[in-house]
Amino acid sequence: MISYIAKRLAIAVPTLLLLIIVSFLLMHAAPGGPFTQERALPPQVLANLEAKYGLDQPLWKQMANYVWGIVAHFDFGPSFIYKDRTVNEIIAQGFPVTLTYGSLSFLLAVLVGVSLGVAAAIRHNSWLDYLAVGISIGAQVLPNFVMAPILVLVFTLWLRWLPGGGWEGGQWQYIVMPVIALSTSFMASIARITRSSMLEVLNSNHIRTARAKGLPERKVILRHALKPAMLPVISYLGPAFVTMITGSVVVDIYFSTGGIGKAFVDSALNRDYAVMMGVTILVGALTILFNLVVDILYAWIDPKIRY
Amino acid sequence: MALLEVNDLGVSFATPDGTVNAVNGVNFTLDKGETLGIVGESGSGKSQLSFAIMGLLAKNGTATGSVKFAGKEILNAPPHVINPIRANQIAMVFQDPMTSLNPYMRVSDQMAEVLIHHKGMGKAEAVRESIRMLDAVKIPDAAGRVGLYPHEFSGGMRQRVMIAMSLLCRPELLIADEPTTALDVTVQAQIMMLLRDLQRDFGMATILITHDLGVVAGFCEDVLVLYGGQVMEQSPVDPLFAAPTHPYTRGLLKAIPRVDHHGDDLDSIPGSPPNMTNAPKGCPFAPRCDFAGDDCLDHLAPLTQFAPDRWRACNRKLEELA
Repeated sequence: MISYIAKRLAIAVPTLLLLIIVSFLLMHAAPGGPFTQERALPPQVLANLEAKYGLDQPLWKQMANYVWGIVAHFDFGPSFIYKDRTVNEIIAQGFPVTLTYGSLSFLLAVLVGVSLGVAAAIRHNSWLDYLAVGISIGAQVLPNFVMAPILVLVFTLWLRWLPGGGWEGGQWQYIVMPVIALSTSFMASIARITRSSMLEVLNSNHIRTARAKGLPERKVILRHALKPAMLPVISYLGPAFVTMITGSVVVDIYFSTGGIGKAFVDSALNRDYAVMMGVTILVGALTILFNLVVDILYAWIDPKIRY
Repeated sequence: MALLEVNDLGVSFATPDGTVNAVNGVNFTLDKGETLGIVGESGSGKSQLSFAIMGLLAKNGTATGSVKFAGKEILNAPPHVINPIRANQIAMVFQDPMTSLNPYMRVSDQMAEVLIHHKGMGKAEAVRESIRMLDAVKIPDAAGRVGLYPHEFSGGMRQRVMIAMSLLCRPELLIADEPTTALDVTVQAQIMMLLRDLQRDFGMATILITHDLGVVAGFCEDVLVLYGGQVMEQSPVDPLFAAPTHPYTRGLLKAIPRVDHHGDDLDSIPGSPPNMTNAPKGCPFAPRCDFAGDDCLDHLAPLTQFAPDRWRACNRKLEELA
């Protein structure tokens, strides 16, 4: 197991390198650049700027310098747009925000989603099942860009309970709405996956055996059915968790949280090469990490899986 | 008082294509230590019969009639009545040992939980008792293997585990639902021998569900021949084999390959069992029966006693089946 994890982490290095190369090339292949403006800069100024940021060098050299900066100094370079800020600073400032509301959204989505799914499956075709399915379809058709304005309308404008935006170092009043807005559609997916997987497990032979043992239904579910039913859910949760903690541009913009989701989209619009690369690498690394976590969880649940 | 009394037991399923009557009007009684074989082809309703007794029917299934265990009604009984009986007094061995054990739990945990739940044992004691039972079903190095997962056992060994698990509480009745179907022939013989020894040692009443009349001959005192959810013939084993009185039983007996007959072809009953979503009105066996007349397509004579302890359901009189 240890050697498997080491091997997977070793494979992560070339994977990340490939990710860097492909995104770097794609970024530079697109026409325009960070200093392209509606009113063209004098060629002299442009040349100076490009020289300062190393854009006058051949592409392979730019890439090599970039990678070397990361490997040697863990330095993702300066922002091309914000003169006084480095990519490390931008991520260090924005990522904790999205990590906070993303993790909480994740917990909420898992807790509510799994409970709804399990409840619907054990009371299959009852009013509880229909209610749970109804809620999850409702949540599914309310993506965050619909959910966010509804929340603001209700809790800020009508009830005046919560501030309409801001972060203020992550005080709870500012976290509640981003968490709810981000979690609903994930919660719905988790509920649906849990329900169908649980229904399948409950029909399997070993559950019949568990019932034949005279165990109460609660024990049959908790001891025998829940673990296998979680397998498909877990494979969904890995990538979902990464998506959630790297934030959502809609949530960031709507609630002015200052998270990394907005920084990413801004960087793409502004051609802020360094920030774009930095966030891409962050998402890529997290994806690799949590895919590994999913695989380890799989092996922990299913004894037939051995690495 | 009989240990198990089954009266007019019926099982039906609500399906999108209509109601399927899987079992109709089955009666039998079983005393302490008795063995009953329930024989029939696939789809004859024999497994559903056993699930109905244990209250393990699928959600769309309905059981009617009455099943009394030690005088207590257990058919469709609520959980607080049936759960203390399951595994504790009536235990079951299922058809497919590959999928009937929980693949995600160690054998020790799966077995111990039965004793912890029903006998209030501590974990360590329950595991010790489980090892003792694995020894009894002749699993080599039981103590060393009790901590393994089911996939680390072979098919035959898994069925031994399943049997050991069912015997943990020393049940008074064991229902074995085709315990050897999924196993290869040499292992089948070992498992049946094991079951017979255990049945004698523990003095359990046993219901053996099988499609193999040969197995029944070596194991059971009484036989119930099921076809299309109806009892065709019910009799002690010896007279049934000596003189089967139903065309279906005869067909089944003829279909057993015998080493002392050097024939070329294997005998079989032509045709296939009826589709129960569209059950025939008359005798379910009529379309495949050599003796069937028009009356057989229309109705089936009720199960009638024709000799001590022997019943048959057939429109033809015994003399007509020459």
